[in-house]
Amino acid sequence: MVSNENQPAGAESPAGWTQQQMADEIIAMIDHGASLNLGIGMPTLIAERMPDDKHIFIHSENGVHGVSGRPTRETVSPTLINAGKETISIGAGASFFDSATSFGMIRGGHIDFCVLGGMEVDVEGSLANWMIPGKKVTGMGGAMDLVNGAKRVIVMLAHFSKRGDCKLLPQCQLPLTGKGVVHTVVSNLGIFTPTGNSFRVEKLAAGVQPSDLGIADEYLEISQP
Amino acid sequence: MNNNSKVFANAAEALFDLTDGISLMSGGFGLCGIAENCINQIAEMGIQRIHAISNNIGNSGRGLAILLKQHQISQATCSYVGGNPDLEQQMLSGQVDVTLVPQGTFSERIRAGGMGIRGFYTPTGYGTLVAEGKEVREFDRPCILELPLKADFAIIKAQRGDTYGNLWFKETARNFSPLMAMAATTTIVEVEELVELGGIQPEDVHLPGIFVQRIFQGANYRNDIEIPIYADE
Repeated sequence: MVSNENQPAGAESPAGWTQQQMADEIIAMIDHGASLNLGIGMPTLIAERMPDDKHIFIHSENGVHGVSGRPTRETVSPTLINAGKETISIGAGASFFDSATSFGMIRGGHIDFCVLGGMEVDVEGSLANWMIPGKKVTGMGGAMDLVNGAKRVIVMLAHFSKRGDCKLLPQCQLPLTGKGVVHTVVSNLGIFTPTGNSFRVEKLAAGVQPSDLGIADEYLEISQP
Repeated sequence: MNNNSKVFANAAEALFDLTDGISLMSGGFGLCGIAENCINQIAEMGIQRIHAISNNIGNSGRGLAILLKQHQISQATCSYVGGNPDLEQQMLSGQVDVTLVPQGTFSERIRAGGMGIRGFYTPTGYGTLVAEGKEVREFDRPCILELPLKADFAIIKAQRGDTYGNLWFKETARNFSPLMAMAATTTIVEVEELVELGGIQPEDVHLPGIFVQRIFQGANYRNDIEIPIYADE
């Protein structure tokens, strides 16, 4: 669906990781037994690639904890869906609850990780992902609650927009989803931590150089191992 | 049926006093757990200038989007308009006045409405457009004041309900429905299975019947799936 997003218009910089590799990088950050909320789109790949032996509980904000894979045509139920309105299955130990309880789990700090997509993210850890004034409005859904409630907020995005603009900015230009809320950014080019005045490079995909990132040197912090 | 009974024969009888200009909460997440019979009946009645309070206001021409298509909704309070071209178009053209509310704030405002809470502070939305004009108070971090949401009517669908209105919801069809049932002046419930008192074990009641004013046995459920995805296909 968004496969072409990984290729900047100019195509002069390397593609870096595939979406599957990005998902695997995020899975490596998630603790055994953690509770995890996944946003619509690319983050759902994480559920598909999560190894069973991690015993992760996946939360979906429409009211289920313990999502596990997809149904068959025999087991599918119209009342068993995730927040993306896709059919799901549940694992042993799952639970259902109303929306206020679901967001209480989020706002109350009981969800360990949330992974969501983004249009822009900046050095202060602010995120924009719910509207483009005058052009597109999807609404924030549960994203504003998630970024303010989950213990660790991971943004998973294509490093460049379809137009070739870098999505990692000194300051977000679009209306914010949350201010200073993002802990980790995973793009197809690497893993970054917003420090308040720069992006600290935690890891780069194979073949990617700092000069490929589209981020000015003054906003880039590269720690040598 | 005695005079005190909450049981009605069908949607037409249960919705007899709906009028133009009402505020209307509608349960369901997307098309999951929506009150299909009530929505179809409101479409047939042609009630105008509805303030719809619902997470999605329908989707892809179905659910509350049936009322949007007939221009029966003038105001909408919701959290998400993606996948709902009728709403997005009527919002951008100014036909429907849309207030977008973060989903957790939306559900908590409805819960507060039913529970007698006069307001609450939340970090959600601080530093964004959502916070504009709202009181900010510093706790461990800055929070904004949010106020309760109530409505004249709520239309709710449950899998099973007894004649007093005790309800049991199936799987993720619960979502906003029990909250809305508590927050409306008149809550009208349609069920797939109407049972006698005692037909639901007290421990299994998800919404106590005290919050329900009317209930009826629904019919002809579509239970549409928006995005079917199957294992290994």
